[in-house]
Amino acid sequence: MHDFKQAAHDNLTNTHLRQTLRKSTRTSLLKRSQVVQELGEDTWQQLRRRAHQIKKETIAHLDEYLEQLEAHLTEQGVQVFWAETAAEANDYIIQLAKREGASFVVKSKSMTTEEIDLNPALQAAGINPIETDLGEYIVQLAGERPSHITAPALHKSREDIARLFQEKLGIDYTDNPQELTKIARQKLRQKFLTAKIGVSGVNFAIAENGTLVVIENEANARLCMTLPDVHVAVMGIEKVIPKLEHLPTFLRLLPRSATGQKFTSYVSLIRGAQSSGKAVHLVLLDNGRSEMLADPRFHQALYCIRCGACLNTCPVYQRVGGHTYGWVYPGPIGAILTPKYQGLTQGKDLPFASSLCGSCTDICPVQIDLHHLLLWLRQAVVSSGSDRHLIEAVAMKFWTITMISPLLYRLASRLVRWLPQRAFHYIPGWTETRDFPSPAPKTFREIWNESLK
Amino acid sequence: MKIALFVPCIVDQFYPHVAVSAVRILRRLGHEVVFPVEQTCCGQPAFNSGYHAEARRVAKRLVKVFSGADSIVSVSGSCTTMVTCFYPKWLMDPALAGDVRHIASHMYEFSDFLVNQLQTVDVGARFPHKVTYHDACHGLRELRIKSEPRQLLAAVRELELVEMDNAEECCGFGGTFAVKFTEISTAMGNDKITGVCATGADYLTAGDSSCLMHLNGLLKRQNIPIQTIHYAEILANQ
Repeated sequence: MHDFKQAAHDNLTNTHLRQTLRKSTRTSLLKRSQVVQELGEDTWQQLRRRAHQIKKETIAHLDEYLEQLEAHLTEQGVQVFWAETAAEANDYIIQLAKREGASFVVKSKSMTTEEIDLNPALQAAGINPIETDLGEYIVQLAGERPSHITAPALHKSREDIARLFQEKLGIDYTDNPQELTKIARQKLRQKFLTAKIGVSGVNFAIAENGTLVVIENEANARLCMTLPDVHVAVMGIEKVIPKLEHLPTFLRLLPRSATGQKFTSYVSLIRGAQSSGKAVHLVLLDNGRSEMLADPRFHQALYCIRCGACLNTCPVYQRVGGHTYGWVYPGPIGAILTPKYQGLTQGKDLPFASSLCGSCTDICPVQIDLHHLLLWLRQAVVSSGSDRHLIEAVAMKFWTITMISPLLYRLASRLVRWLPQRAFHYIPGWTETRDFPSPAPKTFREIWNESLK
Repeated sequence: MKIALFVPCIVDQFYPHVAVSAVRILRRLGHEVVFPVEQTCCGQPAFNSGYHAEARRVAKRLVKVFSGADSIVSVSGSCTTMVTCFYPKWLMDPALAGDVRHIASHMYEFSDFLVNQLQTVDVGARFPHKVTYHDACHGLRELRIKSEPRQLLAAVRELELVEMDNAEECCGFGGTFAVKFTEISTAMGNDKITGVCATGADYLTAGDSSCLMHLNGLLKRQNIPIQTIHYAEILANQ
């Protein structure tokens, strides 16, 4: 099983990685705060409230909106496939590729396909997945996973990427971003032209008219969706929004939160297959979402629009990086989604690996109460027995008995003061890096009774 | 005004002078201060660790102890948050509902109480040092206290208040987080200290003794001669 603490240790002691993470997250936050300021704090807060309301309404009637979406898509000739599990989604896409006789597929950036492990599944079926988003391309070349929701190669410095390209593509070393991009484009261009299938994610799907919305900066998603004869879009069921009029709110929030842009370079609205003559398939993925929907405390985690801002602002993410979290979604939102989708045992450390500082909740463009959800998840982990700490459980019992009895509390205060000073020199988990204070000679209540009453 | 003092367990045990300072300031301003001696803890250590049944027993006691008080003041943003933000959402007990609402709406963090309830900014203090203020997370993001402690500190005679770049970034304490994830907590604390050192301040102050305990522990271990002090102690100094 993935060991969060070990991974955190490895990354914390990797000075180069820490500098890269710090620089990248700071840059993202700075750009974000500039475009938010330009818009004005009041407008920003209004947008957040509006987005929260839209999501709340959508998630409350998710079944209806999904049925509307399906009906409109079907009218337009889009094949809709409901996938309850990751395996069902993967099988559908593999069968499709086989039917088309495709030896490879071109893919644009999609965390949902990362979630279902589409790439390994395709490879196992003898089909080569080719990532065409630059960040994803880098990560794929390195044989890694994205470490961030919107910036997959955030953990890599420019020099890291230059060395990777030199080694894997056999080119001369260059760390010029334009040149590196040009090289990747040349490699990918041929693939776009010959691909039989293109796979994309979906940012929003509009229920009232069956429009799929994909936003991006590199136009690679547009190529994936238009050049091959078959386009397969994969989306989590929570990505539906009721109406077209709701879209602008999200288009103003998402790029600003994700990359600090006022708008992305490309916004594609895809309406059916009739006009293009291409086949369009939509895989609607559940994979644990219905279960989350049924949980009134956690269903707001389904409001997430995958901007990654909570990762950038999280003091823990900034220091340990995305791979430490052990699954596809890192940071505060990942610390909720991983235990909820993968099981409390798999993600047992994650809700605790937070100082609960709340900066994630403040930055979230759809106002998910992220750090409070982590708090409720802690209780779920403890009460499920997924992570048994006998000493902690016993200590909590003693603590409770002491705290509900002023007499025992006073007695314990006395007892602690009889201990020799050196008893406070070794407090496991604390004194390895910090001094621990000795208790004050007198407690406040003693001082109060003696001289303040 | 009659003010009931809520003294968090960490202050009671390790930093009693923070609470003594609060008593002195409030009395200096002409108010009556009482300390219900039956109080112990708000329950937050167990609550934040996921032990809600245990936390509930402790929290219920606190509610009963303060049920008759009309102004409750605490020298911790974190413990105030537990009572004012979390009790109403979490402490569901029909028999206590009225008392929970009462205590949650009548408890104030000390700086919030001085500035917004008593309308006092100048408490007649003097502190001839260079000071930087750390925004502890609960005070800042749950209670939205940001200007109040700064206004109070700015009114202290001979005090020079300097801002650090990372004042709003978490110090890495986070309750049991500090011991469960020692390395991450330490990395966060050390970055905070770098920001503190860059200001050239002699004193680092905040509204939560727990954050200061963590930061002071790091400063001492690294022999950095910056003192930590709760802002209430600065305000009591004359």
